[in-house]
Amino acid sequence: MMPDLGKYADTVLSSYIVSIVLLVALVALSIRAARKARAELQKVEGRRNG
Amino acid sequence: MGSIWEYANPVKFIRTSEIILPWVSILATVTLVLGLVWGFFFTPDDYRQGSTVKIIYLHVPAAMMAINVWAMMLITSLVWLVRRHHVSALAAKAAAPVGIVMTVIALITGAIWGQPMWGTWWAWDPRLTSFLILFLFYLGYIALWEAIDNPDTAADLTSVLCIVGSVFAMLSRYAVNFWNQGLHQGASLSLDKEENVADVFSTPLYICIAGFILLFIALVFLRTRTEIHKRRTKALLARERLG
Repeated sequence: MMPDLGKYADTVLSSYIVSIVLLVALVALSIRAARKARAELQKVEGRRNG
Repeated sequence: MGSIWEYANPVKFIRTSEIILPWVSILATVTLVLGLVWGFFFTPDDYRQGSTVKIIYLHVPAAMMAINVWAMMLITSLVWLVRRHHVSALAAKAAAPVGIVMTVIALITGAIWGQPMWGTWWAWDPRLTSFLILFLFYLGYIALWEAIDNPDTAADLTSVLCIVGSVFAMLSRYAVNFWNQGLHQGASLSLDKEENVADVFSTPLYICIAGFILLFIALVFLRTRTEIHKRRTKALLARERLG
């Protein structure tokens, strides 16, 4: 299934690995920050209403 | 249909983005996976570049986004300066980390590709240099937001920085045309059939570009919501402290 990348295999694979790791990290950190911000707001609003 | 300014209302923005966000996220994932799998597994090698041509599916969309994210930040910053809508300032703030990651991907994949093709990781070529300066502007922009406590002052100063940085965002795009020198070739995608990449490469490339744009939209929606929530929490805590 893996295409034959010839003598440039390291070049191509390292580009894909670095880029995918950066994109996944960006998405993961964004989701984590979103959850944290939402939870903190709910906590403060809960304290205010309750 | 309502005015676009309705979405400057944080509550309206949160409600609308709640509906749109899951769909854009799914579409972004499907499009990106399709484009990258097609590009990596099912395209032939180029007769000159060999298999390194597959890097185009990451490098070109990331470079395009690096410039266009700054353009989006410029528009939202101008909206903030003129109309003082907080959501637009927060959207610019939310977009910056996405833009810097795109710039880093473009710089790294460019360097990795450049080593075997140009014989060097880096050259002080007009496009490469203006891209490095764009990266530094992204860093400065993010640092400035973090450095200032008052959110309105931070939004004002970062908006001015964004306007100044737009010169370099434009240079990153047109440097090749302005200075007819340097290692970097012209645009990979062109309306001129002679200059455009071959169809066998361009179709998955267009899909990857669409995927990167959709990913950006999804992330900006998500991150702007986060900024709105953080701002609301800060305001409520300040009210609590006042009693």
